[in-house]
Formats: sequence, structure tokens, C-alpha cells
Amino acid sequence: MLRDELLRLIRNNSRIELKDLAVMLGAEETAVANEIADLEKEGIICGYYTLINWDNTNEEMVDALIEVNVNTSRDLGFDTIAERFYMFDEVKSCYLISGRYDFLLMLEGKTMRQVANFVSSKLSPIEHVTGTATHFIMKRYKDYGTVLGAVRKDCREKMSI
Amino acid sequence: MRDPISKVARQMQPSGIRKFFDVVAEMPDAISLGVGEPDFDTPWHIREAGIYSLEKGRTFYTSNAGMPELKREVAAYYQRRHGLEYDPRTETFITVGGSEAIDMAMRAILDPGDEVIIPEPCYVSYVPCAVMTGAKAVTIPLQEKNEFKLTPEELLGAITDRTKVLMLAFPNNPTGAIMTREDLEPIAKICLEKDLLVITDEIYAELTYSGEHATIAAFPGMQERTVIINGFSKAYAMTGWRLGFAAGPREIITQMVKLHQFAIMCAPTTSQYAGLEALRYGDEDIAMMRESYNQRRRYVVNELNDMGLHCFEPFGAFYVFPSIRSLNMTSDEFATRLLESEKLAVVPGTAFGSCGEGFIRISYAYSLAELKEALSRIRHFIRGLI
Repeated sequence: MLRDELLRLIRNNSRIELKDLAVMLGAEETAVANEIADLEKEGIICGYYTLINWDNTNEEMVDALIEVNVNTSRDLGFDTIAERFYMFDEVKSCYLISGRYDFLLMLEGKTMRQVANFVSSKLSPIEHVTGTATHFIMKRYKDYGTVLGAVRKDCREKMSI
Repeated sequence: MRDPISKVARQMQPSGIRKFFDVVAEMPDAISLGVGEPDFDTPWHIREAGIYSLEKGRTFYTSNAGMPELKREVAAYYQRRHGLEYDPRTETFITVGGSEAIDMAMRAILDPGDEVIIPEPCYVSYVPCAVMTGAKAVTIPLQEKNEFKLTPEELLGAITDRTKVLMLAFPNNPTGAIMTREDLEPIAKICLEKDLLVITDEIYAELTYSGEHATIAAFPGMQERTVIINGFSKAYAMTGWRLGFAAGPREIITQMVKLHQFAIMCAPTTSQYAGLEALRYGDEDIAMMRESYNQRRRYVVNELNDMGLHCFEPFGAFYVFPSIRSLNMTSDEFATRLLESEKLAVVPGTAFGSCGEGFIRISYAYSLAELKEALSRIRHFIRGLI
């Protein structure tokens, strides 16, 4: 129970200090620390990332979604092929999906050419790949449940009974 | 020219807190823990239902008592939460917020000379609504040592031959107090013995952090003498929609609807469509918001106690009501000086009745970051005093 509420609480804010987490969950600090350690050990908490809207920086960044079709065989399942994709640093996310394609990769590159090169020289030549479709992301509106660029303003009257 | 103002209006005390609110409004850089409404936006699917109703041209009056399907959802809500059976056609109706329902209930029930017992501290409208009917408001100062619950002794001490109504409001604004089934049982017994009606404002019912919310209407013999008032403002973060409801005995609801028809016509149609979505599909939203309030509640109570502002643990609404008695100043002084020196606004307890002296109301319907900043200002303020 502590575990579920803890996960819901830190899911959207991983920066709450341990002592505050403990108070907010009505638990001992050591209990929360142990729970977090367990969650990390069990591979349930897999990382703590920062959501950055690169569009608002001077950094050039190109994101692409790449649909990939593959041929599997008796000795070669999706998991093995997936590894051939996700081991590349450029691949940010890699999903097995249902529908017209088998995989969906999310790619991060510096330039469009870099992404194009990755597809043509790294991805397509993999022997199991039978087809790809690359979609460049033109604008990100919402990521991980957060509307990007929107600063939330408190529209309430300052005082009310 | 003759006096244009009625005696009733002239004699009614204006809310003393208004002046303080105006001072706060003049300080644009001040921050506040003074709001009495959720910090969540209305969940999108509920807003969307309101928007869709407008697109579909649902821009007309509804029936006076509210849309039949919404009243059915209100009845279903009481069945689901408390196992109470209300006939949606005759025992429920839809109002412009809980506030209107309070007014209508008092107008429907009270005559001049009747007495209505109102435990304080409480929301500011109960006494004025009672006074407008010509009835006498008999207030009971609730005690911090009882966690601001109404005790049977206090109630018995306030009852006279003229007492007709007991006004209850738990979870309570401003104290955050709740009354459990066990707390309510002897109160219900007295109401039956003394033949009292009960108006119970349960607008914060869904924001209960210890067990399930209990209603006095659920005790044997009480449903027929109780008007429950509730609404969408707090549970679904819908304050601006102005939508509430009442459930009670047919005889009283009929009269309330009659008065409501003349005063209001009907609750806003757009809001009723949004409310329908809320009651049908909003339980998950409530659970999410309640969990979040509860986390912030624990945080604020802990911080206040840590800085030496004693505060009993409130298990409802989104307020804490710490005592400032140890600082040797009145609630007004505390609030005024805190605003001047730290640019932080809180509501003095006296805004909710004179027995709120010695307390301040702090709302925790703010983000953790905002609470942190505000509480550090209170800490700094108190340190400067000692």
C-alpha cells in the first residue's frame, strides 16, 4: 500500500525530499528509503529523468518516430531483434507494438541528416528488417503527462471563505 | 426620502473578513494560504461534457428542480455511498451551489421565533441565512479539546422549547474536523428525542481522510428529519460552476423547490451537464485528489507542529486550524502582522465565529512548493516574535 501511493506520488515529481515523502505518506523515513531501495532493486523504479523542452533551448535536436517491420524465425524472436535496435544510443525508446508494424522506435538526433543516416546505414541493413517508415516530430505539445510550455497560473481569488 | 433599506438587511452584520480580503487584494506581491477552493482544475472530461452540451445547443432552462437524469445520479450517489434510498423525483433537487441549498433549506423550515442551533466555528452563511428567516441563531462554541466535534452535552445545553433545527457541517470549514459514526450516534439520538430537524452541510464529504464519511441521515429515523446538502465544488473541483444538490424528505424538498423556482428558476444548464458527467464518471478523480490533499495535509500539520504552532489533526476538508494562543496576540493581529511582515495571507479564525479567536485557518489546497515557501515564512515570522 505504501508502495503504490509512493509510486503515484513520485511518478510526477521525483525530487521530493525523503523526509517530506515520509511525512506526506505518513510513514517512517527509513521505511520509505527501504521501499525506494527495493523498488530500484526490483527494477520497478528504473531511473529518474528530467523532462526538458529542447524547443526552448538553443540546442538543435531532432526527434523521429520510426516504425519498423521485421521477419522473425524459429530461432529469432522479437526480443533478440529488439536488442539489435535498442543497443544503439540514438534510440531513446523501443516498443514492440500491435498493428501494421512490429516495432516503434523513438530516435533522437542532432540533425535530420543524422537521423536519415541512422535509418539508411544502421537500421535498414539489419538483416531481419523488412521495412521502415520514419516520422519526424515537428512539435511536441505534451510529453509524459505534461503540457510543454504551459506555465500553470493560479487563477483563484487570493482569499475566499 | 424614506429609508430605502430593509431592517433585516441593515441589521445583518457584514462579514468582518471582507476588509482584510481587500487589504490582501491591494498587495499583488503577497502570497496566500487563504483560499477556500481546490487547486485542481475541473477534470477535463467534466469540462468537456459542459462544452459539448453548449455545442449541442443545450442552452435552455431545465426543469426547476434540475434535470431528471442528474437527480437520478444524485439518488444513485447516496445509494452507493451510504445505502440511503431517495426518490430522485421528489426527494432530491439541484441547486446553485451548496450555498443556495442552505438558504432554501432554512427558508423552507424556519419561522420567526424558531431557534436553529449552529455550532461554530463554521462557514459564514449559516447565521445570516437563519436570520433572514426571522429565526434565532443559537451558536455553540465548539472546543479544540474535543477536536471541534459537537458533543451531546453541548447540544443538550443549547436546546430550548423553540429549537427546531440543528445545523451540522462536517467535515468542517474552517477546522477540518470530522464526526464519525460513533460521534454522530448520540447526536442523532438527541435529535429524535427532542424532535429536531437537521440540516447537514456535507460539501466536504468526499474529502475525508480517516475512514469513510458518515452522515447523520443514515441513522434509523433520521432520514425523514434530515436535509443533506452537498455539491460539486469541493469533490470535483467545480467551484465556479455553481452547482449543488439537496436530498431530504419529500415535504421539505417540495417547499425548497417552490422557493428555488421563484428565486432562481433553475441551476445553470451547462453546469448540470458537467455535473452529470462528474457523478457518473468522476469517482477516480475524487480518489486522486483526495490522496493528494491527504499528503499535503500530513505535510502541513507536521510543519506547523514542528514550528510550535499547536494544531490538532484535522481529518477532513483541506484546512488546518492551528492555535496561535501561545504567541499572545489575537487572530486578527496575527493575520495582519503576518501579512505586513512576511507578505503571507491566512484567514483569522474569528472570520468563522467569535470562538475562532486564538486560531487561524490555513488552506493546503496549494502545491507542495507553495506550501513550503509559505510555511517557511510563518516559521520566520514566529521566530521573530520569540
